[in-house]
Amino acid sequence: MSRVTTASASTRLVVLVATRKGAWLFHSDAKRKTWTADGPHFLGHTITHMVLDPRDGRTLLAAAKTGHLGPTIFRSTNMGRTWKEASQPPAFAQPDTSSSALPSRAVDHTFWLTPGHASERDTWYAGTSPQGLFRSEDGGVSWTPLPSVNDSAQFREWMGSAQDGTPDGPKLHSIIVDPRDAAHLYFAMSGGGVHESHDAGLSWTTLINGLEVVGGFDASTVTFHDPHCMRLCPTNPDRLYQQNHCGIYRIDRSDKPHAETWQRIGRKMPKRIGDIGFPMVVHPRDPNTAWVFPMDGTDVWPRTSPQGRPAAYVTRNAGKTWQRLDKGLPENQAWWTLKRQAMTVDAQPTPALYLGTTSGELWMGRDEGERWVNITRHLPEIYAVEVAALP
Amino acid sequence: MKVLIPGALRSYTRELHVEAIGHTLDELFTDLDRRHPGLRFRVVDEQNLLRPNMRIFVNGHGVRDL
Repeated sequence: MSRVTTASASTRLVVLVATRKGAWLFHSDAKRKTWTADGPHFLGHTITHMVLDPRDGRTLLAAAKTGHLGPTIFRSTNMGRTWKEASQPPAFAQPDTSSSALPSRAVDHTFWLTPGHASERDTWYAGTSPQGLFRSEDGGVSWTPLPSVNDSAQFREWMGSAQDGTPDGPKLHSIIVDPRDAAHLYFAMSGGGVHESHDAGLSWTTLINGLEVVGGFDASTVTFHDPHCMRLCPTNPDRLYQQNHCGIYRIDRSDKPHAETWQRIGRKMPKRIGDIGFPMVVHPRDPNTAWVFPMDGTDVWPRTSPQGRPAAYVTRNAGKTWQRLDKGLPENQAWWTLKRQAMTVDAQPTPALYLGTTSGELWMGRDEGERWVNITRHLPEIYAVEVAALP
Repeated sequence: MKVLIPGALRSYTRELHVEAIGHTLDELFTDLDRRHPGLRFRVVDEQNLLRPNMRIFVNGHGVRDL
């Protein structure tokens, strides 16, 4: 199914940049030509994600910790002029005292924030490292663990321990709420696969058919699956795209769940580039258009731009073909790394892309990535980039 | 008792030295959190363990057990 809808221009955009040493808000003019920096907020805090609530257009949540202090959530209801700390940040339950109790865990950091469904104005979801899923029903002030995930022996087996997998800590991410149904949720884990719920998180089923795993391992074992970033198409919520440790995928949901399979659309990427990376970006209106930003996945997994030449790649036909988008980007000796939350797209009539590098550069890809321009340099290591239109 | 607060936690107390009570460090941090909400979880995790990269000194002696 292909559907393209129209959008109206907003006069004010804000790009939210979360870094290893604080957070910044970049406000644009109406033409997205000049940007005004507001920050740093929380200088010295590691901000893993900062998100504006699209339901009210003014509430910001920021996931924070420092090198020494434990994790917390900060909340602002005035676009960052003032912040207040959550009274009960995400924290795992203490294990019961039975002999079969699972090992206790402590949240190292909240990694991912997702606003709830439009009909549930104060609901938010958070994913943590080590992998945990949490919900707030009071706008992010207090957070409750979801035992169906966090305390499930099956999920805990798939998660492994806090020492397993991702070097920065194993993560629960890509929490998605179906815009048609507040009870239909997805999330992904690095590692631990993709999962969905149709009852608001009471029960879950896996969604890994067709996904590949590292060579030699059994793809039917959920533990081995490492989705890096998963996105749902806003105008076709039955379609999801995924950047995985082992390629780029698309799935189209149907009424026959057992027959659903992820398709490795990354096989159509140029062989010298490969289809490994972290971010996955979908068009706000055209479900056939999606972007990735490939990273070198060879040998010891350098996770830098292939050949030192950064580029986004776009598909406009749901993964049948891909085109390189590098006009304006450095042409050589640019060994960029982009983290999985560090690339996004706005919803303007002609959308622009935004990306942040671990070397602290913030770029905008005008005309859907056709022309790249630098917004700023010399920020700390960028973890996440989000963009929002202000009311 | 008098508690010396490091700079990283000063946003909670606004003061270098604060008063708190408790027979154990666990009780002390519970009282500190009552007086300065949010402080305890930045230092002590949800399993009542001192977080990594944290040190506590009681009368000059390093302690990890709450």
